[in-house]
Amino acid sequence: MSTAPRLTALDALHRSLGATMTDFAGWDMPLRYASERDEHNAVRTRAGLFDLSHMGEITVTGPEAAAFLSYALVGNIATVGNGRARYTMIVQEDGGIVDDLIVYRLGETEYMVVANAGNAQIVLDALTARVGGFDAEVRDDRDAYALLAVQGPESPAIMKAVTDADLDGLKYYAGLPGTVAGVPALIARTGYTGEDGFELFVAPEHAEQLWRALTDAGAPHGLIPCGLSCRDTLRLEAGMPLYGHELTTALTPFDAGLGRVVKFEKEGDFVGREALLAAAERAETAPPRKLVGLVAEGRRVPRAGFSVVADGKVIGEVTSGAPSPTLGKPIAMAYVDAAFAAPGTEGVGVDVRGTHEPYEVVALPFYKRQK
Amino acid sequence: MSNPQQLRYSKEHEWLSALEDGVATIGITEYAANALGDVVYAQLPEVGDTVTAGETCGELESTKSVSDLYSPVTGEVTAANQDVVDDPSLVNSAPFEGGWLFKVRVAEEPADLLSADEYTAFSGN
Repeated sequence: MSTAPRLTALDALHRSLGATMTDFAGWDMPLRYASERDEHNAVRTRAGLFDLSHMGEITVTGPEAAAFLSYALVGNIATVGNGRARYTMIVQEDGGIVDDLIVYRLGETEYMVVANAGNAQIVLDALTARVGGFDAEVRDDRDAYALLAVQGPESPAIMKAVTDADLDGLKYYAGLPGTVAGVPALIARTGYTGEDGFELFVAPEHAEQLWRALTDAGAPHGLIPCGLSCRDTLRLEAGMPLYGHELTTALTPFDAGLGRVVKFEKEGDFVGREALLAAAERAETAPPRKLVGLVAEGRRVPRAGFSVVADGKVIGEVTSGAPSPTLGKPIAMAYVDAAFAAPGTEGVGVDVRGTHEPYEVVALPFYKRQK
Repeated sequence: MSNPQQLRYSKEHEWLSALEDGVATIGITEYAANALGDVVYAQLPEVGDTVTAGETCGELESTKSVSDLYSPVTGEVTAANQDVVDDPSLVNSAPFEGGWLFKVRVAEEPADLLSADEYTAFSGN
Protein backbone atom coordinates (compact mmCIF):
# COMPACT_ATOMS: atom_id res chain seq x y z
CA MET A 1 0.00 0.00 0.00
CA SER A 2 1.15 3.47 -0.79
CA THR A 3 1.82 5.64 2.22
CA ALA A 4 1.76 8.93 0.33
CA PRO A 5 -1.08 10.98 1.77
CA ARG A 6 -4.00 11.85 -0.48
CA LEU A 7 -4.46 15.52 -1.24
CA THR A 8 -7.75 17.34 -1.67
CA ALA A 9 -8.41 19.66 -4.60
CA LEU A 10 -7.79 22.56 -2.21
CA ASP A 11 -4.39 21.41 -0.98
CA ALA A 12 -2.37 24.25 -2.52
CA LEU A 13 -4.90 26.79 -1.29
CA HIS A 14 -4.66 25.49 2.29
CA ARG A 15 -0.88 25.76 2.19
CA SER A 16 -1.07 29.29 0.79
CA LEU A 17 -3.30 30.16 3.76
CA GLY A 18 -0.63 28.86 6.14
CA ALA A 19 -2.61 25.87 7.36
CA THR A 20 -1.03 23.39 9.72
CA MET A 21 -1.71 20.10 7.97
CA THR A 22 -2.28 16.72 9.56
CA ASP A 23 -2.68 13.16 8.39
CA PHE A 24 -6.27 12.06 8.80
CA ALA A 25 -7.31 8.63 7.56
CA GLY A 26 -4.62 8.75 4.88
CA TRP A 27 -5.48 12.28 3.77
CA ASP A 28 -3.40 15.40 4.28
CA MET A 29 -5.98 17.74 5.81
CA PRO A 30 -5.94 21.19 7.41
CA LEU A 31 -5.75 20.83 11.19
CA ARG A 32 -6.00 24.58 11.78
CA TYR A 33 -5.13 27.80 9.99
CA ALA A 34 -4.33 29.93 13.02
CA SER A 35 -5.92 29.50 16.46
CA GLU A 36 -8.27 26.50 16.68
CA ARG A 37 -10.11 28.25 19.52
CA ASP A 38 -10.80 31.27 17.28
CA GLU A 39 -11.99 28.90 14.55
CA HIS A 40 -14.27 27.11 17.01
CA ASN A 41 -15.75 30.38 18.25
CA ALA A 42 -16.23 31.65 14.70
CA VAL A 43 -18.47 28.66 13.93
CA ARG A 44 -20.43 29.10 17.17
CA THR A 45 -20.99 32.84 16.71
CA ARG A 46 -20.48 33.66 13.01
CA ALA A 47 -19.37 31.16 10.37
CA GLY A 48 -16.55 28.84 9.37
CA LEU A 49 -15.51 27.27 6.08
CA PHE A 50 -14.27 23.68 6.01
CA ASP A 51 -12.72 21.41 3.40
CA LEU A 52 -14.18 17.95 4.07
CA SER A 53 -13.20 16.37 0.79
CA HIS A 54 -11.83 13.33 2.59
CA MET A 55 -15.36 12.09 3.24
CA GLY A 56 -16.29 9.07 1.10
CA GLU A 57 -19.20 9.31 -1.34
CA ILE A 58 -20.84 6.16 -2.65
CA THR A 59 -23.72 6.38 -5.12
CA VAL A 60 -26.47 3.75 -5.18
CA THR A 61 -28.87 3.68 -8.11
CA GLY A 62 -31.51 1.39 -9.54
CA PRO A 63 -35.15 0.39 -9.15
CA GLU A 64 -34.40 -1.46 -5.92
CA ALA A 65 -31.91 1.06 -4.51
CA ALA A 66 -34.15 1.91 -1.55
CA ALA A 67 -34.94 -1.73 -0.74
CA PHE A 68 -31.25 -2.58 -0.99
CA LEU A 69 -30.19 0.23 1.37
CA SER A 70 -32.90 -0.73 3.85
CA TYR A 71 -31.43 -4.25 3.80
CA ALA A 72 -27.78 -3.18 3.97
CA LEU A 73 -28.19 -0.45 6.62
CA VAL A 74 -30.04 -0.30 9.95
CA GLY A 75 -32.35 2.58 8.98
CA ASN A 76 -35.56 2.54 6.99
CA ILE A 77 -34.24 4.17 3.83
CA ALA A 78 -37.48 3.48 1.97
CA THR A 79 -39.12 6.26 3.99
CA VAL A 80 -36.55 8.91 3.07
CA GLY A 81 -38.29 11.44 0.82
CA ASN A 82 -36.78 12.76 -2.35
CA GLY A 83 -34.41 15.60 -1.45
CA ARG A 84 -34.10 14.48 2.15
CA ALA A 85 -31.23 12.97 4.13
CA ARG A 86 -31.02 10.44 6.96
CA TYR A 87 -28.39 9.73 9.62
CA THR A 88 -27.93 5.98 9.81
CA MET A 89 -25.41 3.19 10.37
CA ILE A 90 -24.05 0.09 8.71
CA VAL A 91 -23.38 -2.87 11.02
CA GLN A 92 -21.82 -6.31 10.82
CA GLU A 93 -23.91 -9.48 11.14
CA ASP A 94 -23.01 -9.43 14.86
CA GLY A 95 -24.40 -5.90 15.19
CA GLY A 96 -21.01 -4.22 15.54
CA ILE A 97 -20.90 -0.75 13.99
CA VAL A 98 -18.98 -0.60 10.71
CA ASP A 99 -19.60 3.12 10.24
CA ASP A 100 -22.11 5.89 10.75
CA LEU A 101 -23.41 7.40 7.54
CA ILE A 102 -25.58 10.04 6.00
CA VAL A 103 -27.76 8.86 3.13
CA TYR A 104 -29.04 11.54 0.76
CA ARG A 105 -31.88 10.75 -1.59
CA LEU A 106 -30.94 12.52 -4.79
CA GLY A 107 -33.73 11.22 -7.01
CA GLU A 108 -36.50 8.68 -7.39
CA THR A 109 -34.00 5.81 -7.60
CA GLU A 110 -30.70 7.50 -6.69
CA TYR A 111 -29.01 7.78 -3.30
CA MET A 112 -25.66 9.06 -2.10
CA VAL A 113 -24.12 7.40 0.94
CA VAL A 114 -21.47 9.47 2.72
CA ALA A 115 -19.05 7.48 4.84
CA ASN A 116 -16.19 8.51 7.09
CA ALA A 117 -12.87 8.79 5.26
CA GLY A 118 -11.26 6.01 7.26
CA ASN A 119 -14.14 3.61 6.58
CA ALA A 120 -15.06 4.51 3.01
CA GLN A 121 -13.40 1.47 1.45
CA ILE A 122 -14.86 -0.88 4.07
CA VAL A 123 -18.34 0.56 3.55
CA LEU A 124 -17.95 0.36 -0.22
CA ASP A 125 -16.85 -3.27 0.05
CA ALA A 126 -19.72 -4.12 2.40
CA LEU A 127 -22.34 -2.49 0.18
CA THR A 128 -20.88 -4.19 -2.88
CA ALA A 129 -21.02 -7.54 -1.08
CA ARG A 130 -24.61 -6.97 0.06
CA VAL A 131 -26.08 -5.73 -3.23
CA GLY A 132 -26.29 -9.21 -4.81
CA GLY A 133 -29.91 -10.12 -5.53
CA PHE A 134 -31.08 -6.49 -5.71
CA ASP A 135 -31.68 -4.58 -8.91
CA ALA A 136 -29.33 -1.81 -7.82
CA GLU A 137 -25.82 -0.62 -8.55
CA VAL A 138 -23.15 0.55 -6.08
CA ARG A 139 -20.69 3.09 -7.47
CA ASP A 140 -17.50 4.44 -5.90
CA ASP A 141 -17.79 8.23 -6.25
CA ARG A 142 -15.04 9.23 -3.83
CA ASP A 143 -13.09 10.98 -6.57
CA ALA A 144 -16.17 12.59 -8.10
CA TYR A 145 -16.70 15.08 -5.29
CA ALA A 146 -14.98 17.71 -3.26
CA LEU A 147 -16.93 18.64 -0.12
CA LEU A 148 -16.98 22.11 1.38
CA ALA A 149 -18.98 23.03 4.47
CA VAL A 150 -20.18 26.43 5.63
CA GLN A 151 -21.21 26.17 9.25
CA GLY A 152 -22.44 28.67 11.79
CA PRO A 153 -25.35 31.05 12.41
CA GLU A 154 -24.29 33.37 9.58
CA SER A 155 -24.13 30.55 7.03
CA PRO A 156 -27.63 31.11 5.55
CA ALA A 157 -26.86 34.77 4.90
CA ILE A 158 -23.52 33.88 3.33
CA MET A 159 -25.07 31.19 1.13
CA LYS A 160 -27.80 33.57 -0.05
CA ALA A 161 -25.08 35.82 -1.43
CA VAL A 162 -23.78 33.06 -3.70
CA THR A 163 -26.85 31.06 -4.72
CA ASP A 164 -30.40 31.55 -5.89
CA ALA A 165 -31.41 28.15 -4.56
CA ASP A 166 -34.40 28.08 -2.21
CA LEU A 167 -32.51 27.91 1.06
CA ASP A 168 -35.53 28.83 3.19
CA GLY A 169 -37.26 25.76 1.81
CA LEU A 170 -34.21 23.62 2.53
CA LYS A 171 -34.78 22.13 5.95
CA TYR A 172 -32.26 20.52 8.28
CA TYR A 173 -31.26 17.14 6.82
CA ALA A 174 -32.40 18.00 3.33
CA GLY A 175 -30.44 18.38 0.11
CA LEU A 176 -31.12 19.80 -3.32
CA PRO A 177 -29.15 20.25 -6.51
CA GLY A 178 -28.39 23.85 -7.38
CA THR A 179 -25.82 26.33 -8.53
CA VAL A 180 -23.53 27.97 -5.99
CA ALA A 181 -21.08 30.67 -7.07
CA GLY A 182 -21.59 29.59 -10.64
CA VAL A 183 -20.79 25.92 -10.12
CA PRO A 184 -23.18 22.97 -9.94
CA ALA A 185 -23.50 21.66 -6.40
CA LEU A 186 -25.53 19.37 -4.23
CA ILE A 187 -26.55 21.71 -1.42
CA ALA A 188 -27.23 19.86 1.83
CA ARG A 189 -28.33 21.37 5.12
CA THR A 190 -26.22 19.07 7.24
CA GLY A 191 -23.12 19.35 9.36
CA TYR A 192 -21.15 18.07 12.29
CA THR A 193 -20.80 21.17 14.41
CA GLY A 194 -24.09 21.60 16.26
CA GLU A 195 -24.81 24.76 14.26
CA ASP A 196 -26.95 25.55 11.27
CA GLY A 197 -24.96 25.06 8.12
CA PHE A 198 -24.54 23.70 4.64
CA GLU A 199 -22.46 21.00 3.04
CA LEU A 200 -21.69 21.49 -0.65
CA PHE A 201 -20.74 18.54 -2.83
CA VAL A 202 -19.09 19.75 -6.03
CA ALA A 203 -16.77 18.48 -8.73
CA PRO A 204 -13.15 18.74 -7.51
CA GLU A 205 -12.24 21.10 -10.36
CA HIS A 206 -14.83 23.56 -9.03
CA ALA A 207 -13.72 23.42 -5.41
CA GLU A 208 -11.30 26.33 -5.51
CA GLN A 209 -13.72 28.69 -7.28
CA LEU A 210 -16.38 27.83 -4.69
CA TRP A 211 -13.98 28.22 -1.75
CA ARG A 212 -12.88 31.67 -2.94
CA ALA A 213 -16.47 32.83 -3.55
CA LEU A 214 -17.54 31.67 -0.08
CA THR A 215 -14.51 33.34 1.48
CA ASP A 216 -15.41 36.62 -0.22
CA ALA A 217 -19.12 36.38 0.55
CA GLY A 218 -18.37 35.36 4.11
CA ALA A 219 -15.81 38.00 4.96
CA PRO A 220 -18.38 40.67 5.96
CA HIS A 221 -20.05 38.05 8.17
CA GLY A 222 -16.86 37.07 9.96
CA LEU A 223 -16.38 33.73 8.19
CA ILE A 224 -12.89 32.24 8.52
CA PRO A 225 -11.35 29.00 7.23
CA CYS A 226 -11.55 26.22 9.82
CA GLY A 227 -9.59 23.01 10.28
CA LEU A 228 -10.32 19.56 11.63
CA SER A 229 -9.15 20.47 15.13
CA CYS A 230 -12.10 22.77 15.75
CA ARG A 231 -14.43 20.40 13.90
CA ASP A 232 -13.57 17.86 16.60
CA THR A 233 -14.26 20.21 19.51
CA LEU A 234 -17.45 21.46 17.84
CA ARG A 235 -18.86 17.97 17.39
CA LEU A 236 -17.75 16.96 20.89
CA GLU A 237 -19.61 19.89 22.46
CA ALA A 238 -22.64 18.93 20.37
CA GLY A 239 -22.41 15.37 21.72
CA MET A 240 -21.96 13.87 18.27
CA PRO A 241 -20.13 10.54 18.11
CA LEU A 242 -16.96 10.04 16.08
CA TYR A 243 -16.16 6.70 14.52
CA GLY A 244 -13.13 5.09 16.15
CA HIS A 245 -13.94 6.87 19.41
CA GLU A 246 -17.58 6.52 20.48
CA LEU A 247 -18.39 4.06 17.67
CA THR A 248 -16.45 0.87 16.92
CA THR A 249 -17.10 -2.65 15.63
CA ALA A 250 -17.06 -3.79 19.28
CA LEU A 251 -20.22 -1.76 19.95
CA THR A 252 -23.77 -1.95 18.60
CA PRO A 253 -25.84 1.20 18.01
CA PHE A 254 -27.68 0.36 21.26
CA ASP A 255 -24.43 0.21 23.22
CA ALA A 256 -23.64 3.68 21.87
CA GLY A 257 -27.00 5.04 23.00
CA LEU A 258 -28.06 5.41 19.37
CA GLY A 259 -30.56 2.56 19.17
CA ARG A 260 -33.09 4.98 17.70
CA VAL A 261 -31.35 4.69 14.32
CA VAL A 262 -32.24 0.98 14.15
CA LYS A 263 -35.66 0.44 12.58
CA PHE A 264 -36.90 -3.08 13.35
CA GLU A 265 -40.34 -2.22 12.03
CA LYS A 266 -39.14 -1.74 8.47
CA GLU A 267 -40.15 -4.10 5.70
CA GLY A 268 -37.90 -7.06 5.08
CA ASP A 269 -34.79 -8.42 6.76
CA PHE A 270 -31.62 -6.42 7.25
CA VAL A 271 -28.03 -7.21 8.03
CA GLY A 272 -27.52 -7.49 11.79
CA ARG A 273 -31.22 -7.75 12.69
CA GLU A 274 -30.98 -10.79 14.98
CA ALA A 275 -27.94 -9.52 16.84
CA LEU A 276 -29.46 -6.07 17.23
CA LEU A 277 -32.68 -7.46 18.69
CA ALA A 278 -30.57 -9.07 21.40
CA ALA A 279 -28.53 -5.89 21.82
CA ALA A 280 -31.71 -3.83 22.25
CA GLU A 281 -32.92 -6.21 24.95
CA ARG A 282 -29.54 -6.10 26.72
CA ALA A 283 -29.42 -2.30 26.61
CA GLU A 284 -32.87 -2.20 28.20
CA THR A 285 -32.32 -4.75 30.97
CA ALA A 286 -28.60 -5.00 31.67
CA PRO A 287 -26.59 -2.29 29.94
CA PRO A 288 -22.86 -2.91 30.30
CA ARG A 289 -21.71 0.65 29.98
CA LYS A 290 -23.36 3.89 28.97
CA LEU A 291 -22.09 6.87 27.05
CA VAL A 292 -22.05 9.98 29.23
CA GLY A 293 -20.65 13.46 29.26
CA LEU A 294 -17.99 14.52 31.75
CA VAL A 295 -17.18 18.11 32.68
CA ALA A 296 -13.94 18.83 34.49
CA GLU A 297 -13.87 20.71 37.75
CA GLY A 298 -10.19 21.42 37.17
CA ARG A 299 -8.28 22.37 34.06
CA ARG A 300 -6.49 19.19 33.07
CA VAL A 301 -7.79 17.72 29.86
CA PRO A 302 -9.01 14.13 29.57
CA ARG A 303 -7.94 12.30 26.43
CA ALA A 304 -9.25 9.24 24.59
CA GLY A 305 -8.20 6.08 26.43
CA PHE A 306 -7.88 7.64 29.89
CA SER A 307 -9.58 5.66 32.66
CA VAL A 308 -12.68 6.92 34.41
CA VAL A 309 -12.42 6.10 38.11
CA ALA A 310 -14.59 6.04 41.23
CA ASP A 311 -13.71 4.74 44.69
CA GLY A 312 -10.25 3.91 43.39
CA LYS A 313 -11.66 1.54 40.75
CA VAL A 314 -11.78 1.86 36.99
CA ILE A 315 -15.42 2.29 36.00
CA GLY A 316 -15.07 3.45 32.44
CA GLU A 317 -12.99 4.90 29.66
CA VAL A 318 -12.80 8.28 27.96
CA THR A 319 -13.52 8.08 24.23
CA SER A 320 -13.05 11.76 23.32
CA GLY A 321 -11.82 14.68 25.36
CA ALA A 322 -10.82 18.27 24.77
CA PRO A 323 -10.86 21.71 26.30
CA SER A 324 -14.28 23.12 25.44
CA PRO A 325 -14.03 26.68 24.15
CA THR A 326 -17.75 27.25 24.75
CA LEU A 327 -17.85 25.94 28.32
CA GLY A 328 -14.35 27.13 29.15
CA LYS A 329 -13.62 23.78 30.78
CA PRO A 330 -12.28 20.41 29.70
CA ILE A 331 -15.04 18.03 28.60
CA ALA A 332 -15.16 14.39 27.58
CA MET A 333 -17.41 11.66 26.35
CA ALA A 334 -16.87 8.37 28.13
CA TYR A 335 -18.38 4.93 28.47
CA VAL A 336 -19.00 4.27 32.18
CA ASP A 337 -20.58 1.43 34.14
CA ALA A 338 -24.34 1.94 34.25
CA ALA A 339 -24.27 2.50 38.02
CA PHE A 340 -22.25 5.68 37.48
CA ALA A 341 -24.06 6.97 34.39
CA ALA A 342 -26.73 9.12 36.01
CA PRO A 343 -26.11 12.87 35.68
CA GLY A 344 -24.81 14.24 38.96
CA THR A 345 -23.28 10.95 40.13
CA GLU A 346 -20.83 11.82 42.90
CA GLY A 347 -17.21 10.83 43.16
CA VAL A 348 -16.36 10.27 39.51
CA GLY A 349 -12.94 11.22 38.25
CA VAL A 350 -10.57 10.74 35.35
CA ASP A 351 -7.08 9.37 35.76
CA VAL A 352 -4.94 12.07 34.13
CA ARG A 353 -1.42 10.67 34.11
CA GLY A 354 -1.75 9.24 37.61
CA THR A 355 -3.81 11.99 39.21
CA HIS A 356 -7.53 11.46 39.77
CA GLU A 357 -9.10 14.68 38.56
CA PRO A 358 -12.73 15.24 39.64
CA TYR A 359 -15.37 15.30 36.93
CA GLU A 360 -19.09 15.90 36.88
CA VAL A 361 -21.27 13.38 35.04
CA VAL A 362 -23.69 15.22 32.73
CA ALA A 363 -26.23 14.33 30.08
CA LEU A 364 -25.20 14.84 26.46
CA PRO A 365 -24.93 17.14 24.60
CA PHE A 366 -22.78 19.73 26.30
CA TYR A 367 -24.01 22.40 23.92
CA LYS A 368 -27.29 22.92 22.09
CA ARG A 369 -27.85 25.89 19.83
CA GLN A 370 -30.81 28.21 20.33
CA LYS A 371 -33.25 27.78 17.47
CA MET B 1 8.77 34.60 12.94
CA SER B 2 12.01 35.78 14.45
CA ASN B 3 13.85 34.51 17.47
CA PRO B 4 15.16 37.36 19.64
CA GLN B 5 18.93 37.73 19.36
CA GLN B 6 19.51 38.37 23.07
CA LEU B 7 18.09 34.98 24.07
CA ARG B 8 19.66 31.55 24.02
CA TYR B 9 17.80 28.40 23.08
CA SER B 10 17.59 24.68 23.81
CA LYS B 11 16.86 21.90 21.34
CA GLU B 12 13.66 21.22 23.30
CA HIS B 13 12.50 24.66 22.07
CA GLU B 14 12.89 26.59 25.32
CA TRP B 15 14.43 30.02 25.43
CA LEU B 16 16.59 31.44 28.20
CA SER B 17 17.24 35.11 28.93
CA ALA B 18 20.56 36.66 29.81
CA LEU B 19 21.22 36.35 33.55
CA GLU B 20 20.14 39.11 35.89
CA ASP B 21 21.75 38.67 39.29
CA GLY B 22 22.27 35.03 38.36
CA VAL B 23 18.61 34.47 37.47
CA ALA B 24 17.39 33.53 33.97
CA THR B 25 13.86 33.83 32.65
CA ILE B 26 12.64 30.78 30.68
CA GLY B 27 9.86 30.23 28.18
CA ILE B 28 9.05 28.27 25.06
CA THR B 29 9.74 29.58 21.59
CA GLU B 30 7.17 30.86 19.14
CA TYR B 31 7.95 27.85 16.96
CA ALA B 32 7.07 25.53 19.85
CA ALA B 33 3.93 27.50 20.72
CA ASN B 34 2.73 27.30 17.13
CA ALA B 35 3.42 23.58 17.01
CA LEU B 36 1.41 23.03 20.20
CA GLY B 37 -1.62 25.03 19.10
CA ASP B 38 -3.74 26.89 21.64
CA VAL B 39 -2.30 26.24 25.10
CA VAL B 40 -5.12 25.67 27.58
CA TYR B 41 -3.33 24.50 30.70
CA ALA B 42 0.12 25.15 32.11
CA GLN B 43 1.59 23.22 35.00
CA LEU B 44 4.73 25.10 36.01
CA PRO B 45 7.42 24.25 38.55
CA GLU B 46 6.94 25.89 41.94
CA VAL B 47 9.13 28.46 43.60
CA GLY B 48 11.84 26.62 45.52
CA ASP B 49 11.81 23.57 43.25
CA THR B 50 15.13 22.44 41.88
CA VAL B 51 15.03 21.88 38.13
CA THR B 52 17.62 20.00 36.12
CA ALA B 53 18.75 20.79 32.61
CA GLY B 54 17.09 18.51 30.09
CA GLU B 55 14.60 17.07 32.58
CA THR B 56 10.85 17.64 32.70
CA CYS B 57 9.58 20.17 35.21
CA GLY B 58 5.97 20.67 34.15
CA GLU B 59 3.56 20.32 31.29
CA LEU B 60 1.79 22.38 28.69
CA GLU B 61 -1.55 21.17 27.46
CA SER B 62 -3.09 22.28 24.19
CA THR B 63 -6.34 21.45 22.42
CA LYS B 64 -4.87 18.39 20.80
CA SER B 65 -2.08 17.20 23.06
CA VAL B 66 -0.05 17.49 26.20
CA SER B 67 3.68 18.19 26.11
CA ASP B 68 6.31 17.95 28.79
CA LEU B 69 8.03 21.15 29.77
CA TYR B 70 11.80 20.87 30.05
CA SER B 71 14.18 23.11 31.90
CA PRO B 72 17.12 24.25 29.78
CA VAL B 73 19.29 24.81 32.87
CA THR B 74 19.88 23.45 36.36
CA GLY B 75 19.04 25.55 39.39
CA GLU B 76 16.41 26.73 41.84
CA VAL B 77 13.09 28.15 40.69
CA THR B 78 12.64 31.72 41.92
CA ALA B 79 9.36 32.57 40.16
CA ALA B 80 6.57 30.99 38.11
CA ASN B 81 4.41 33.12 35.84
CA GLN B 82 0.98 33.23 37.50
CA ASP B 83 -0.36 35.19 34.51
CA VAL B 84 0.25 32.15 32.31
CA VAL B 85 -1.38 29.82 34.83
CA ASP B 86 -4.43 32.10 34.80
CA ASP B 87 -4.39 32.68 31.05
CA PRO B 88 -2.37 30.02 29.22
CA SER B 89 -3.09 31.66 25.85
CA LEU B 90 -0.29 34.12 26.69
CA VAL B 91 2.10 31.36 25.64
CA ASN B 92 0.67 31.64 22.13
CA SER B 93 0.17 35.38 21.96
CA ALA B 94 3.47 36.50 23.51
CA PRO B 95 5.80 33.52 23.85
CA PHE B 96 8.95 35.64 24.23
CA GLU B 97 7.42 38.25 26.52
CA GLY B 98 4.31 38.03 28.71
CA GLY B 99 4.16 34.28 28.07
CA TRP B 100 7.39 33.52 29.94
CA LEU B 101 7.03 30.49 32.21
CA PHE B 102 9.48 30.48 35.12
CA LYS B 103 12.74 31.92 36.47
CA VAL B 104 15.71 29.95 37.68
CA ARG B 105 18.77 30.90 39.76
CA VAL B 106 21.20 29.13 37.47
CA ALA B 107 23.56 26.70 39.15
CA GLU B 108 24.71 25.04 35.97
CA GLU B 109 23.97 25.36 32.31
CA PRO B 110 24.70 22.89 29.56
CA ALA B 111 27.33 23.73 26.97
CA ASP B 112 25.05 23.09 24.02
CA LEU B 113 22.61 26.02 24.29
CA LEU B 114 22.06 27.63 20.91
CA SER B 115 22.29 31.21 19.74
CA ALA B 116 19.28 32.75 18.00
CA ASP B 117 20.80 32.09 14.59
CA GLU B 118 21.72 28.53 15.49
CA TYR B 119 18.21 27.89 16.83
CA THR B 120 16.62 29.39 13.73
CA ALA B 121 18.69 27.00 11.61
CA PHE B 122 17.88 24.09 13.95
CA SER B 123 14.11 24.64 13.99
CA GLY B 124 13.89 25.78 10.38
CA ASN B 125 12.05 28.88 11.59
